[in-house]
Amino acid sequence: MNTLIFLLQKEFKQIFRNPTLLRMILAIPIIQLSILPLAADFEIKNINVAIIDHDHSTYSRDLVNKITASGYFVLVDYGDDVKEAYEYLESDEADVILEIPIDFERNLVRENAEQVFLAVNAINGTKANVGGGYLANVIADFNQEIRLEWASRNEPTKAPAIEATAINWFNPLLNYQFFMVPGILVVLVTMVGAYMCSLNIVKEKEVGTIEQINVTPIKKYHFILGKLIPFWIIGIFVFSVGLFVVARLIYGIVPVGSLGLLYGYLSLYLIAVLGIGLLVSTYSQTQQQAMSLAFFLMMIFLLMSGLFTSIESMPAWARTVAQFNPVTYFIEVVRMVIMKGSDFTHVAKHFVIMAAFALVFNTWAIINYRKTT
Amino acid sequence: MRCFLNWPEGRKERGTDMKQLFTFVKKEFKHVMRDRKTLLLLFGLPIVQIVLFGFALTNEIKDARLIIVDYAKDDATQQITEKFRTNSSFNIEESILGAVEIEEAFKRGTVKIALIFPHNFEQELIHEGSAQVQLIADATDPNTATTLVNHANSIIRDYQQALSTNKPAKSILIDTRNIYNPELRGTTNFVPGVMALVLLLICVLMTSVSIVKEKENGTMEILLVSPFNPFMVILAKAVPYFLLSIVNFSVILFLSIFLLDMPLNGSILLLFAASLLLILTALSLGLLISNSTASQQAAMLISLMGMLLPTMMFTGFLFPLENMPTPLQVIANVVPSKWYYIIVKDVMIKGLGFSAVWKEMLILFGMTSFLLIISIKKFKTRLT
Repeated sequence: MNTLIFLLQKEFKQIFRNPTLLRMILAIPIIQLSILPLAADFEIKNINVAIIDHDHSTYSRDLVNKITASGYFVLVDYGDDVKEAYEYLESDEADVILEIPIDFERNLVRENAEQVFLAVNAINGTKANVGGGYLANVIADFNQEIRLEWASRNEPTKAPAIEATAINWFNPLLNYQFFMVPGILVVLVTMVGAYMCSLNIVKEKEVGTIEQINVTPIKKYHFILGKLIPFWIIGIFVFSVGLFVVARLIYGIVPVGSLGLLYGYLSLYLIAVLGIGLLVSTYSQTQQQAMSLAFFLMMIFLLMSGLFTSIESMPAWARTVAQFNPVTYFIEVVRMVIMKGSDFTHVAKHFVIMAAFALVFNTWAIINYRKTT
Repeated sequence: MRCFLNWPEGRKERGTDMKQLFTFVKKEFKHVMRDRKTLLLLFGLPIVQIVLFGFALTNEIKDARLIIVDYAKDDATQQITEKFRTNSSFNIEESILGAVEIEEAFKRGTVKIALIFPHNFEQELIHEGSAQVQLIADATDPNTATTLVNHANSIIRDYQQALSTNKPAKSILIDTRNIYNPELRGTTNFVPGVMALVLLLICVLMTSVSIVKEKENGTMEILLVSPFNPFMVILAKAVPYFLLSIVNFSVILFLSIFLLDMPLNGSILLLFAASLLLILTALSLGLLISNSTASQQAAMLISLMGMLLPTMMFTGFLFPLENMPTPLQVIANVVPSKWYYIIVKDVMIKGLGFSAVWKEMLILFGMTSFLLIISIKKFKTRLT
């Protein structure tokens, strides 16, 4: 026990001796958490639409007015030049082109049906879907108005109607930041822990001080614990600042569920993440190696965690990969506890899995750390 | 004072300068090649990532778990349930739950959306001409919630339309064509993004760290007191990473075309030129970071922790940039990968030429020059 306390003293002294680094460890996550969630918004506003109107009739003009009045669209081009409209699409100034054919109004009235053409820039599939969908809705509304207009003159048609009401639970205002802030906080805490920890042992190797430690009677697990605990504390600190200062004051997020549960999971999670960091450093000889390896893992953890894109939509093999990603579980737990108020019974499975991660990574790291070369 | 280390005695011939540089580049290459582990990562990382993310990432919503609570259990509800079952967006969890269990299921995170049919659904639909269903969405993820509700609504609407026998009059039909990406694949959007991300970050990380390493180990001092031009020392450090990045880019490009089926509609030369430009930007950024930091840890903190998330989010492949608040759009403008991403999309997918992307390339060029000038200004030939 005494050995551990001395080791901890040494580690903390080393950390506090470098105030620039310490300030960076704290400032970078806080600044990012304050800014980045504002950038994460899937809500599609201001879709740029170019309209080619070959008809120039009352109906076509009504339709154009309806589109611009809906509030979702910005009319960037209106005319009957097809080439011009496609140039707008090419230069990304327009997201959607709507082409209204000649005799649109006449055919609609006489032949009872007419087609309009929609060309969507589909490089970004979501945006294409949403933008095209909005426009289709506006056109359908317009269509309905015309039908009503004619129906009042003729016999009204009646069809059975199903009325679907939708309720949004846990986030009735559909605030995207409520979703992103907890997730980004998790990633930042993970980065602080995994990066700093993975560099730590390697640095001792590179500078040569590890030899000095190796010749002392310090036990392997003492050494590993001495490296783990300081970053565990820093991790908890960063998480708390993020949760109580940034999330609450800037975004007004107050956890619905129990804080004890959240911190219980955080403690376990940090042990697992720091274990990964240690493991990386036991496998590397230089800081550069440790860094590239940590970067490699971090990027996979990040993009496969369900932070930005949903895991369920991934192909089956990718979902399996995601199951071995500790970040996935913590992001899920944080979102569940903060937004839904899930209690321990709901996340018991997550606890078991994370405990297994923590055990495996740390044992592996202790075994792999050799005192002899 | 600054010139103290700049050997004043006469100019050397150009030939010797080149020879010096060459010797240095050889030394750096040996350094890089000797470190097999880093080298393996340097090449393995982009390959694994482009393949992994190219196949795995998608914005599409598939197989969202849905529970149907059917109090009516009549033909109409069966038919609607069948429609949901055949839709690829949903994955029905069979259950006969009540309201309490629904909440439990949401809190456990096992379902995303619930559809509830009230008693006597079909009867009301047929006899009274209208019936109600309720959709409950887990809106923790608002994007998924909205998309799922819209999907569910359109399935119900389809069913309803099939019920009404008479053909609706005065129909405006919509013929939608998805330009550039007819199958709406996620790859088209994500691959250029990951390309930009991987190229930029690896380059910045490697250069910044390798120069700071010399400072930390004290070998920089030796180099600076030697009669070599200090700028050449730095230049020589950048050359191996420049060449390695070109190889990396070629591999990434090869994989995205032949494995991920990305189109290459524009000129490959233009794409290479743009990539060289991005690599240069990354190298100068790495140079600046290494000149501003004293330890590998600090350099890494800036180039990884400081850059990873912002680069990811401001490149534009995850979230549409034009939705962001104006100040953030301004920030996004200083992220080099944003411009590169635009170029890659224009050249690879849209097949546009130089006239469409010269502005973006000029911006990247401007960034590179700016970063280089600052880092040269900051470069100290003396150690404190």
